[in-house]
Amino acid sequence: MKKFILAILMVMPSLAMSAGGGVHLDKVDLDLHNKESLQSGARLFVNYCLSCHSAAYQRYNRMAEDIGLTEAQVASNLMFAGEKVGETMTVAMKTEDAKIYFGTKVPDLSVISRARGADWLYTYLRTFHTDDSRPFGVNNTTFKDVGMPHVLWELEGMKKLVNANEMKEHPGTAPKFETVSEGKMSAVEYDNAMRDLTAFMVYMGEPAQLVRYELGIYVLLFLVLLFLVAYPMKKEFWKDIH
Amino acid sequence: MEMIMNMLKALMGWVDARFPATKLWEEHLSKYYAPKNFNFWYFFGSLALLVLVIQVVTGIFLTMHYKPDANLAFASVEYIMRDVNWGWLIRYMHSTGASAFFIVVYLHMFRGLMYGSFKKPRELIWLFGMFIFLALMAEAFMGYLLPWGQMSYWGAQVIVNLFGAIPFVGEELSIWIRGDYVISDATLNRFFAFHVAAVPMVIIGLVVAHIIALHEVGSNNPDGVEIKKNKDANGIPLDGIPFHPYYSVKDIVGVVVFMMFFAAIMFFGPEMGGYFLEHANFVPADPLKTPEHIAPVWYFTPFYTMLRAVPDPFLGVVAMGAGVVVLAFLPWLDNNPIKSVRYRSALHKLNLTVFVLVFIYLGYLGVKAPEPVLSELGLRFSEVYFVFFYVLWFHSKTRDAKFSFMSLIIWMGLFSLNDFARHVEGSGELIMMGWFIPAVYLAVMFLAPLYTNLNAEKAVPERVTG
Repeated sequence: MKKFILAILMVMPSLAMSAGGGVHLDKVDLDLHNKESLQSGARLFVNYCLSCHSAAYQRYNRMAEDIGLTEAQVASNLMFAGEKVGETMTVAMKTEDAKIYFGTKVPDLSVISRARGADWLYTYLRTFHTDDSRPFGVNNTTFKDVGMPHVLWELEGMKKLVNANEMKEHPGTAPKFETVSEGKMSAVEYDNAMRDLTAFMVYMGEPAQLVRYELGIYVLLFLVLLFLVAYPMKKEFWKDIH
Repeated sequence: MEMIMNMLKALMGWVDARFPATKLWEEHLSKYYAPKNFNFWYFFGSLALLVLVIQVVTGIFLTMHYKPDANLAFASVEYIMRDVNWGWLIRYMHSTGASAFFIVVYLHMFRGLMYGSFKKPRELIWLFGMFIFLALMAEAFMGYLLPWGQMSYWGAQVIVNLFGAIPFVGEELSIWIRGDYVISDATLNRFFAFHVAAVPMVIIGLVVAHIIALHEVGSNNPDGVEIKKNKDANGIPLDGIPFHPYYSVKDIVGVVVFMMFFAAIMFFGPEMGGYFLEHANFVPADPLKTPEHIAPVWYFTPFYTMLRAVPDPFLGVVAMGAGVVVLAFLPWLDNNPIKSVRYRSALHKLNLTVFVLVFIYLGYLGVKAPEPVLSELGLRFSEVYFVFFYVLWFHSKTRDAKFSFMSLIIWMGLFSLNDFARHVEGSGELIMMGWFIPAVYLAVMFLAPLYTNLNAEKAVPERVTG
């Protein structure tokens, strides 16, 4: 009966439709106007992600403009395979090859942030842990049995999961890790780097978001002005209607 | 100055001798007398027209860059979002416009329900409106396939498969609709043709018919009083005012306020938390990978719940279709001579309130993954949704005790028979609890007139108020 009443009372739909199956997600606070953060994220992206993943809708020169770099800077620092700056971020790896290497297609990352959400990406990038039963020796608590190896291990180091049983019994529990081997970055540095990488991917998911909030404010201000004209005009016309 | 005015007058005369420009202007705007007491609810007709224009214009620009090809569609939408100048703005206007269209149309329909705008002599206006609503649903459904994301693909797959549930011809019919055994490039191409050409033409034609019918009989108003019954010496309704300039300047205010909400969504949250643009639709369509949870866009979910409430696939399709079609019969179901809710009984007001809450709740259930308690609620509130239309007819006049009790017994008997038929081991408690939902609703609606004065109606004034 209680459950029944509770179900009726839950009239307000939850807004968290994207979060997959009750996995714990860490919240990430992004600032897309922080150009340094985006640049750092872009550097990580082209160095670590772009070897396998494409971002086939993202053009290099658009990225340069949006994150505050010149085309020359992008060409010399962020492009490695002789592409042209007007091209999009494609990869040489063929789909068939990816299936052999990873057992699955490698998804394009252009709009992955819109499908998964920033919190999911940020959490996913920080929850790789050792697992001998997997082909690459790593698993991920956010995306269980993912085909992807821990490509950032040289930065983060390796860690093992210590509360696997607790997580199984209480879905939604945050994972706890223990360091197995140190990486080039401290835990805090790595978290910051992943925040930058997430910020870059969120930018890439929708470059227009860099301008649409500001534009929206101007449009709303214009509409307020229009209202200040339209409403008195209505009043004036209607003053002798009773 | 005078010379210019004279020249313009001469020009207008030249046109009027060949085309009824001034006549049309006067008949539909400057000498179309609308009741002077329109309230908030009367903004949504003109707003629906505004959204239609937004959708047509943005749609034309999207068509210039979109590629209706299974291999290119998803990428072409992203091309619009990134490389086309202002493409993101046009696309968000179109996607926000789709949801806005349904919000505005649902409110417009509710206005009709409240003030009895479908009652004689406005039955045809309502029917044209129902056809617009049907065409709009087809338009939205086919447009949703075009971005070719996972939800586009699997949503279309689920809905087209529904036709397969029709006995004998279903399988053939669904193949005929898709042009293939699964949703494919062929389906995308034909949906594109329907979405950008065929259905919009039908909608525009129906809107014209809707407005011509409206202007033939004249607008209803929140008092449900016929203003044409009280005319002055010149034959002008005493409570009427020319649509232009009075309602044109008033509707401009409505448009500006509406555009504020529209712009706020479009610029600050075009996804609306995954309800206007579903997150899973940012993954390209993959015929080999079914998403965990396929939910239609929010405006279809009340009817989707009705579909899911019935276990048999074919009967489920019938229930969903009936949920839409039953609205078309309102002019012949609500026979109460009082049009406006203002002068109807408290019980009728309660009934309308319940109907709105049930419709919203059915919509909420439609986005949730099915689980036993929610499915039971889906069935029970679907029962209330349908029996509402009987209650509306029942409340058309005073009923005696015998008829009231018979109504209660017959309806609850039918629901209970269904409960016996679907009862399985262990489901008893849930069914018993759920049984009270339609039982309480019907007991109140049928018996309150016998034992309370909740059914008391008020006198309708001769002239409009306020």
